[in-house]
Amino acid sequence: MFLINCPYCGERDQHEFKAGGEAHIERPKQPTELSDDEWAEYLFMRKNIKGVQFERWNHAHGCRKWFNMVRDTSNDEIKLIYKMGEKPPSE
Amino acid sequence: MQKKLRVKTSEYIDETNRVSFKFNGKSYYGFKGDTLASALLANDVHLVGRSFKYHRPRGVMTAGSEEPNALVQVNDNTDRTEPNVRATEVEIYEGLEASSQNCWPNVNFDIGGVNNVISPFLPAGFYYKTFMWPASFWEKYEYFIRHSAGLGKSPRKKDPDVYDHKYIHCDVLVVGAGIAGILAAKNAAKNNLKTLLVDEKNELGGATIYENREFNKIENQSSSDWLKKEIQGLKDIENLEVKTRTSVAAYHAYNYLLARENLTDHLEKKDKQGKIRQRLLKIRAKKVILATGALERPLIFNNNDRPGIMLSSAVKKYADFYGVICGQKTVFFTNNDSAYESALCLHNRGIKVEAIIDIRDNSDSKIVKAVEDTGIKVYWSHTVVDTSGYKRLKNISVMKLSNDGMSVTGNRIEISCDCLGMSGGWTPAVHLFTQSGGKLSFDEENKVFLPSKYPSEQISIGSCNGDFKINQIIKNLSKNLKDFLKIEQTDFDNISVDIDDEKSKRNIWLLPSDKPIGKTKPFVDYQNDATAKDIKLALREGFRSIEHVKRYTTTGMGTDQGKLGNMHALGIIADTAGVKMGDLGTTTFRPPYTPLTFGTIVGRNVGEYFDIFRRTPMNDWHIQNKVEFENVGQWKRGWYYPADGESMHQAVQRESKAARESAGILDASTLGKIDIQGSDASEFLNRVYTNAWSKLAIGKCRYGLMLNEDGMVYDDGVTTRLGENHYLMTTTTGGAANVLGKLEDYLQTEWPELNVYLTSVTDHYATASVCGPNSKKILNKIIPDLDLSDESFPHMSFKEVKLNNVKCRVMRISFTGEHSYEINIQASYGKSLWEKCIEAGKEFNITPYGTEAMHLLRAEKGFIIVGQDTDGTMTPIDLQMDWIISKKKYDFIGKRSLYRSDTMREDRKQLVGLVTDDPKVVLEEGAQIVSELNQSPVEMLGHVTSSYYSPNLKKSIALAVVKGGKNMMGKKLFIPMEDKTINVSVANPVFFDEKNKRLNA
Ligand SMILES: [Zn+2]
Repeated sequence: MFLINCPYCGERDQHEFKAGGEAHIERPKQPTELSDDEWAEYLFMRKNIKGVQFERWNHAHGCRKWFNMVRDTSNDEIKLIYKMGEKPPSE
Repeated sequence: MQKKLRVKTSEYIDETNRVSFKFNGKSYYGFKGDTLASALLANDVHLVGRSFKYHRPRGVMTAGSEEPNALVQVNDNTDRTEPNVRATEVEIYEGLEASSQNCWPNVNFDIGGVNNVISPFLPAGFYYKTFMWPASFWEKYEYFIRHSAGLGKSPRKKDPDVYDHKYIHCDVLVVGAGIAGILAAKNAAKNNLKTLLVDEKNELGGATIYENREFNKIENQSSSDWLKKEIQGLKDIENLEVKTRTSVAAYHAYNYLLARENLTDHLEKKDKQGKIRQRLLKIRAKKVILATGALERPLIFNNNDRPGIMLSSAVKKYADFYGVICGQKTVFFTNNDSAYESALCLHNRGIKVEAIIDIRDNSDSKIVKAVEDTGIKVYWSHTVVDTSGYKRLKNISVMKLSNDGMSVTGNRIEISCDCLGMSGGWTPAVHLFTQSGGKLSFDEENKVFLPSKYPSEQISIGSCNGDFKINQIIKNLSKNLKDFLKIEQTDFDNISVDIDDEKSKRNIWLLPSDKPIGKTKPFVDYQNDATAKDIKLALREGFRSIEHVKRYTTTGMGTDQGKLGNMHALGIIADTAGVKMGDLGTTTFRPPYTPLTFGTIVGRNVGEYFDIFRRTPMNDWHIQNKVEFENVGQWKRGWYYPADGESMHQAVQRESKAARESAGILDASTLGKIDIQGSDASEFLNRVYTNAWSKLAIGKCRYGLMLNEDGMVYDDGVTTRLGENHYLMTTTTGGAANVLGKLEDYLQTEWPELNVYLTSVTDHYATASVCGPNSKKILNKIIPDLDLSDESFPHMSFKEVKLNNVKCRVMRISFTGEHSYEINIQASYGKSLWEKCIEAGKEFNITPYGTEAMHLLRAEKGFIIVGQDTDGTMTPIDLQMDWIISKKKYDFIGKRSLYRSDTMREDRKQLVGLVTDDPKVVLEEGAQIVSELNQSPVEMLGHVTSSYYSPNLKKSIALAVVKGGKNMMGKKLFIPMEDKTINVSVANPVFFDEKNKRLNA
């Protein structure tokens, strides 16, 4: 059970949150102009990293806000949490 | 008690307080403070169970939670019975009844014992290899396995006890109240840290308190006397909470730990009543200090499992702590000095110690000298090669070890004894540390795995960190505690400790015998009956990974997770395969550390509190009118309302007919309702629904279909435009929360530029849906001021009105195909609205109908139910709902996916109607559909998704998904059932009132 520091509410138990998959996959602005392959890349392809991963999380049973998390999946260490729209750290 | 098996008054045993109990139906007594194990041993009962596979007689082996053998069924044939309880942990109380497990008809004569005789035929992997084929025999095998396997019986009746959950937040959690844990907790609390100290036992002090080593002194006092004073002082410390009988079951990430606090198991039956039995503590600690101690290792030699063969430390604890002698003639067998402490303790109490067998060739520590001075014979460089005695140890055979430790030489020496205390050294209890994600490293010199990399704010102290001697414990603790807690000093920085140093070491994981390994039974995992021979066989058969060997031989897979023998299993694998133990790694220790009852895990969430029920404001009325409820998500929805003597079928048929012939009323309060506001609300709806919304006039309603980005139907419902920038969306009952979540996701992450606000208002409004040809008249009686003409209030429109001064929203929308109105009112007025409708509808025989009739009515109209006729693989085109996809909109969620090659396939499953040749035959939902009967295997074309007998059409109707069904209109298909084949033909899914004339009737 992680202890997650919601950027709007503070530290809360993991059971208040919902994981939302890989972060920083932007929905294409003009889907109709994409080929099947390009659309499939957006729709289906997700990384599954053992190590540092960028993820989306939602404080579903709290403020309902979405935010980003950098987590090391090998040891569950949460390295950073930042708001939607903020730039991901380069490292 | 014929023999004198109690040695002296122990301060932990109250000899003035006799406690009687029953074991295997026979009455015994012990004293307050005894465990079931100590009381049985005091009564000379060593045989307490049978092993799992070979049904060999087994006795008490340990004095703690690591016990592999002495598993008992407590209070059998009562509703409080519990299996797999360790006799070493059961505190006896008046009236306790316990019995042996895994034996039939009884522990002394056990039919399964024949497995021991045929054991050459039960090698590792036996079950896998033998019972795999022929497959048709499985049912026969299963019968025998079920009858001979199993550890105890689960309770048959409802658990009468109450369990509890509690959240605890603390600065420091200390697990284990031995000397290290006590000192750590005391110093943490004294430095203003809110501290919780827990221990699984009922007394504090761990091993130090009874071990009382002869040559260990703290401040010139015996270590146990010194520690007792420390324990006395704990009471007065602020910020410190101490919980005994509390066992940490799991250590999760971010210092989240689960512990079970046992509150009444040790009490008499009458005192248990009305109290919470166990409490699951959910602890979030800023820092965790693990002081979980070490477990003594057995030695692995031929026939090392007979009743009377115990851990050396257990023999000592039974004598020192419980005042119980485990045998009249005791021998110790060891590879280290600690067995000498046990020997001296027995000798000093006048108990005969026959000999000590030591695999080392010498030791010059003070304790060994002291033992030799008593005249106890020590066999250096010797090993036990065999034992005898079926239900109790009678004799051991001893031989000299070769220099390399691989074989034995000389002649057998026979020693008669009834108790053998063995010590193979100590294994740090790193279970919780590894559960938390900690990494171990192997200490080659001491042959132990030790914590190396901590995943969170925690440290391991004392013997679980490899500090086995008191001077080491105190010295390292003083330093580590200051670093970890960031404190200046501890109150034991400068105390003096004298110890007796052990220098001589020798370790042999599998001790040799004069017999070939194939003819020996050196047990590694007592509970699962896995021997060293099995492990070697697994390696010969090609297993290499420790995880595979574990599963193949079942080593470490019992309820004790192999706490005693896992290290030996690893050692034997490493030796046999020629790899280093450090490279081999360990198997994973999983929670719980000791088994938990389900009651503890669920706590108060049982019975009606098992899950949340959501009830509509009209709930009481439904109950008064004899509703049968259906669970829809968490909602209790009215399913049907049987009149006297009516079956479900009869009730649903009556309700469905009434709704079309005169008037019906449905409680639709459970539908999800989302209030949408903001200047971009229309644009937002354009993006989330497949159809266009910008041109929807204020006061109008529209049906919408929502897709996932993959083009599959996700939800549907009617949305009403209440104002320029204000909509009310309805969703399916089950989908409400997910739809809101999905919409929020898009708003916050993809389209933050849109000015839109979403609010769930599902619980704020109650909804009564009145339908049927007389619905208009009923509404007119309730709200006479409202103009109900088609011109003023047409189908798919909305009016805001007042009903007795309470604001109502009335939508003229229909899910049944009948003229109908949905009246939404503030939830607190829901029941009175409903009663008003019923009252006004009386003259029209208004009939309340439930979800089943609602489903039937919409099926007559071919309306889909998301989740029943769709399953996450249906596009709107598959549903033949092409009309709802806007051709003009540039984009909406899922649009692009509708043009993927896969979603455009002609042979996708498509929604069609089905009618049976025989109109009286009603299909089964889920039934499979084929087009050929004389073909095998035959392709499954699809399945029936909805099926009813329509009272309005007087025939059976069904919806189904069929591959390429769109182009099969009129085609004959078959539905093969177990006892017959049903002939059907594909039909238009709109069975009733195809032209929608009734909407305006
Ligand atoms: Zn929050």
